[in-house]
Amino acid sequence: MSLLQIEKLTRNFGGLSAVSNVSLEVEEHELVGLIGPNGAGKTTLFNVLTGVYTPSSGRVMFQKGDKSIELSKLPPYKITRMGVARTFQNIRLFKELSVLDNVKIAMNHEARYGLFGALLRVGNYFKSEALIEEKAHAFLKEVNLDELAETKAKNLPYGKQRQLEIARALATGAKLLFLDEPAAGMNPQETHALTGFIKEIKEKMNLTIVLIEHDMSLVMEICERIFVLDYGKLIASGTPDEIKNNPRVIEAYLGDEVEL
Amino acid sequence: MKNYLNKRNLITLVVVGLIFFAIQFMIKERIITAYMRSNLYWIGIYIILGLSLNMIIGITGQLSLGHAGFMSIGAFAAAVVLKTNPTMTGLYIGIGIGVLISLAVSFVVAVPTLRLKGDYLAIATLGVAEIIRIVLNNLGITGGASGISNIKMLMSWPLLYTFVILTIFLTHNFKNSAIGRACISIKEDEIAAEAMGINTTKYKVIAFMFGAALAAMAGSLFSTTYYIVKPDSFGVNTSINILILVVFGGMGSLSGTIIATFIIGFVNIVLQPYAEIRMILYALILIIVMIFRPQGLLGSQELSTKLLPNFKWKRKEKSS
Repeated sequence: MSLLQIEKLTRNFGGLSAVSNVSLEVEEHELVGLIGPNGAGKTTLFNVLTGVYTPSSGRVMFQKGDKSIELSKLPPYKITRMGVARTFQNIRLFKELSVLDNVKIAMNHEARYGLFGALLRVGNYFKSEALIEEKAHAFLKEVNLDELAETKAKNLPYGKQRQLEIARALATGAKLLFLDEPAAGMNPQETHALTGFIKEIKEKMNLTIVLIEHDMSLVMEICERIFVLDYGKLIASGTPDEIKNNPRVIEAYLGDEVEL
Repeated sequence: MKNYLNKRNLITLVVVGLIFFAIQFMIKERIITAYMRSNLYWIGIYIILGLSLNMIIGITGQLSLGHAGFMSIGAFAAAVVLKTNPTMTGLYIGIGIGVLISLAVSFVVAVPTLRLKGDYLAIATLGVAEIIRIVLNNLGITGGASGISNIKMLMSWPLLYTFVILTIFLTHNFKNSAIGRACISIKEDEIAAEAMGINTTKYKVIAFMFGAALAAMAGSLFSTTYYIVKPDSFGVNTSINILILVVFGGMGSLSGTIIATFIIGFVNIVLQPYAEIRMILYALILIIVMIFRPQGLLGSQELSTKLLPNFKWKRKEKSS
């Protein structure tokens, strides 16, 4: 069984089919790219996979242990609890909060006390808070952000904000990560650093990653397989070399050849 | 229990105790007059109201315009009970009943409206406060439009102080817990919060109900302080007055709300002789503050002991 199975997924907006009849599979510990021209439906597909939109038809299956879970029936927060997390095309950090608090919020499910425990600080409150604090710091060390723990997210440099967003998604305990244009707006050096970071966390934390990206140097360098969307349809899939030479992909990006 | 016994908590405890005995002493020696005492009660009750609304607006970012409605539930619950049982026990029973009704009403309002993203809550709460007011206006047990008068006056400085400290304790703990962090993340970015595994509806409902329960508690104290409760005292104006405390003090800042309530309380006292132009001056002060500090007095920060060493150091520098 593949880790993620998308079966004949369609999402319509009125008369427009933003994602139409897409089927694909992602294996465990794979790093796959999702590319396509603007408006091809890549982000819509992410939104359906993470529960922001419900599919018009088709389903999404996720393998958790020996259980097969239908993600398309769950609300976003439950999908995250299953071990599927995402980042956003336009950064969505908790800007006014510190780096540490951003990560703590992602670890909120670790809290072992309820409302009364919180209000009166009884039961597991102190133990649980100390544990979360410790885990958050350990996690930040792991992703090389610990020295910035007390900095407000909005004051981080752009590249670090992107990095924190990925780190925060990971802190939810995710095993499957969707990255929506992680290198958008980055200069070549930042993109290079990000590429290294993605590779590193993937190995270190045994992740499966699906990423949307327009920066082809990044996609071709790190993706093991690539899926190409155009007008909501899956038009090609394969290794980077296969995709580079696929006539349908070239047509989607550059247009049809015209006989003169 | 041992987790409570650290240096910071002990210092806080000592400060809390000193404030209590200082004011208690001043009341005994009549340095604080009856008139000032009634203002002090106003400030105390509005601190509770401000903090409770801050849980909803400042911490969770959900605009509620009907806080006076929940306050009136507590006020009338206490008034009705105190009419038949004018003792402290009666007051506590009244507070309990008020809080329970308030929780039930807020739950019914919150669950359908807080599932939606956007400002539906503002409109819904505005409506609910009006419904509560009209129901109270027409209910026999609450005395209709003339309300309930000659309520037993049980308010005292120790009682007020106990409830204010209790509210500060509860709201502070709420804010600094996993639940508070979840609420703050909703204010910061609801979509991201949900993507982080936060059940946003659940936490919005919890924060709203928590705020509504505290408001009912403040309402009960209100009715035993001012002898008389009328449904019309709990209209939109009162809700806006509470909202001003939160905005003025800084969204999400508990110490900001407390300071703002003191300032507005004193402004009210100072402007008392200028009956008519009082509201104009009051509005003017708020406009000026909003121009120069749109984020409120403290923004989302808290006054904390972290600021202290810095302050000492500066003082030393000056004297040398």
